[in-house]
Amino acid sequence: MRAFDYIRAGSCKDALAEAETPGTAFIAGGTNLLDLMKHEVMTPARLVDISRLDLRGITLTDAGLRVGALVSNSDLAADPLVRRHWPLLSRALLAGASGQLRNKATTGGNLLQRTRCYYFYDTAMPCNKREPGSGCAAIGGFNRIHAILGASEACIATHPSDMAVALRALSAEVELLAPGGGRRQVPLAAFYRLPGDTPHVETVLEPGEMIAAVLLPPAEGGRQIYRKVRDRASYAFALVSVAACLRMEQGRIAAAALAFGGLAHMPWRSADVEGTLIGEVPSAALFDRAADLLLAEAKGQGDNDFKIPLARRTLAAVLAEATAEDTEGDRA
Amino acid sequence: MHVTLTINDTKHSLDLDPRTTLLDAIRSHAGLTGTKKGCDHGQCGACTVMVNGRRINSCLSLAVMHDGDAVTTIEGLGTPEALSPLQAAFLETDGFQCGYCTPGQICSATAMLEEIRAGWPSHVSETLDGPALPTEAEIAERMSGNLCRCSAYPNIVAAIRLAAAEREDAA
Ligand SMILES: Cc1cc2nc3c(=O)[nH]c(=O)nc-3n(C[C@H](O)[C@H](O)[C@H](O)COP(=O)(O)OP(=O)(O)OC[C@H]3O[C@@H](n4cnc5c(N)ncnc54)[C@H](O)[C@@H]3O)c2cc1C
Ligand code: SF4
Ligand code: FES
Ligand code: FES
Repeated sequence: MRAFDYIRAGSCKDALAEAETPGTAFIAGGTNLLDLMKHEVMTPARLVDISRLDLRGITLTDAGLRVGALVSNSDLAADPLVRRHWPLLSRALLAGASGQLRNKATTGGNLLQRTRCYYFYDTAMPCNKREPGSGCAAIGGFNRIHAILGASEACIATHPSDMAVALRALSAEVELLAPGGGRRQVPLAAFYRLPGDTPHVETVLEPGEMIAAVLLPPAEGGRQIYRKVRDRASYAFALVSVAACLRMEQGRIAAAALAFGGLAHMPWRSADVEGTLIGEVPSAALFDRAADLLLAEAKGQGDNDFKIPLARRTLAAVLAEATAEDTEGDRA
Repeated sequence: MHVTLTINDTKHSLDLDPRTTLLDAIRSHAGLTGTKKGCDHGQCGACTVMVNGRRINSCLSLAVMHDGDAVTTIEGLGTPEALSPLQAAFLETDGFQCGYCTPGQICSATAMLEEIRAGWPSHVSETLDGPALPTEAEIAERMSGNLCRCSAYPNIVAAIRLAAAEREDAA
C-alpha cells in the first residue's frame, strides 16, 4: 500500500474542507477502498476518515425514509421500518457480501464501490477505468462477469452493488454535500454514468462532494422481490439480479418497477419494460415480451453471452412470483 | 501515529504507520497471534474479530480508524482452562482440521449468535419478521464469510448448533 496522510474529520464541514486538496479520498467502512489500495489500484495521497461523522440516522419523514450515508449495511437491512415497508432493500443487502463485511460497509460506500472487473484489479493489464487511454483488456479477454447492456468500446464493466439495484427500483435519491456548503439531491437514475469514452468517471459526483444520505420515497404497496443469480449460494457477486416492486389489481398488473444488476455499468431500469407490463394480465407471453424489450440491444462479449438468456429467465421467474395469487413473500 | 486500542480488556498504546491494518496491529504490534491472516482482502474471514461487539474483517480496516475502540479476539473469549461455550463446542464436535480458520470461525460465530438473538434476518430467512432461528441453513448462510480450506464445515455447523442449543437450555 502506498503511504498516505490520515485525517480524522470531526464534522461534515471539516471533511468537506479537507477534501478540497487534490488527491484526497473519503474513507467510510474501508471495505472496498482498502482492498483497492492494497492492490495499488487506488493510491490516494490523503485519506479523510468520515466514519465518526453524525450520518448514522434512519428517519421517517413525510417525504419518505432518510438513510444517513454512514448507516451500516447490517443496520439498514435489520431496520424495522425498512423490513416492513421496503423489504426489497433488506433482501438486496442481505444477498450481498458477508455478515462481517455488512457490519463495516456503509450506505454511501456501497453506492460508490468500484467494479470487480479482474483487469481493473490487475495493475499489469491495460484498463481505461484505472488508467484512461490504456485500453480495455476485458474486450477480447475473460469477460464472464461483464456487461451486456450500455457498454462502450472503452469499457464493458458492471457495477457490483446489490443495494444500488434495489434503490434504483425504489426510485431513491442521493443527497450530496459540496465543499462550498451547497447541498443537492440527485435521483439515483441520474447519479450513475454509462462508461462511454470516460469509464473512469462513474457518477455525477463533483470532486470533493460527499454523500450525506439516501432518500427513499414512501413505499407503494405490493409485492417486493430481489432475486440474485450467482456462482454459489452465498458470498458471491451477482451474475444477474432483478429487483421488483409490483402491485396487482383485479388480476392485472397495476404498477411495476424493475431494476437489474449484473447487466450494465449501473443498475439498469427500462421504462419500456415497465410500460409493457402495466395494465396487462400476467402470462408467459407477456413476460417474454418484457424480456424482448429489456434485451433488444443486449450484446454479449463471448464469455458472458449466457447472461442474455439468464436475464430473460430470471425476469420471467421474478414476474411469475410477483404476480402469483398466493400470499407468501415480502410485501410493503 | 498514536493509537490506543483496548484488546480483550487490556489497553494497548501503539505507535503505528497509518497503513497498519487492525489485523497487523493485533498480531504484530500487540503480539496477539491467535487472529489469523488468510487472504488479507476480506474474502476468507480468518481475521474476524469483534469491535465494540460486532464482527468485522480486521484485514480490511485501518488500526488508526479504531482509536479508542474495544476489540475482542479469540484470546479474549476464553482460555484453555476456561473455554467459551463455542470453543468447547468446537472441541466437542471436532469442528476443525488444521485449525487455521478456527479463531475466525469462533469469533464470527460468537457475534453471529448475538445477531440471531437480536432478530436480524438473513438471506435465507423465509420472512423478515423473524424470529431468527439457528437452523443449519441459517448458520451456513450467516457464516458464509468464513471459509475453511480443510472443509470442516459439517462439524463447524454442528459446533455452532450445539453452542446455540446449550444457550437456549441455559436461558
Ligand atoms: C469479499 C467481498 C465480497 C463482497 N460481496 C458483495 C456483494 O455480493 N454485493 C455487494 O453489493 N457488495 C459486495 N461487496 C462490496 C461491499 O458491499 C463494499 O465493499 C461496501 O459496500 C463498501 O462500503 P464502505 O463503506 O466499506 O466503502 P469504502 O471502502 O469506505 O469506500 C468506497 C468508496 O466510496 C467513497 N465513499 C465512501 N463513503 C462516501 C461518502 N459518504 N461520500 C463520498 N464518498 C464516499 C470512498 O472514497 C471510496 O472511493 C463485497 C466486498 C468484499 C470485500
Ligand atoms: S471492462 Fe472497464 S474496468 Fe474492465 S478492463 Fe475494460 S476498461 Fe477496465
Ligand atoms: S484475512 Fe481478512 S478476510 Fe481473509
Ligand atoms: S480447519 Fe483448516 S482451514 Fe478450517
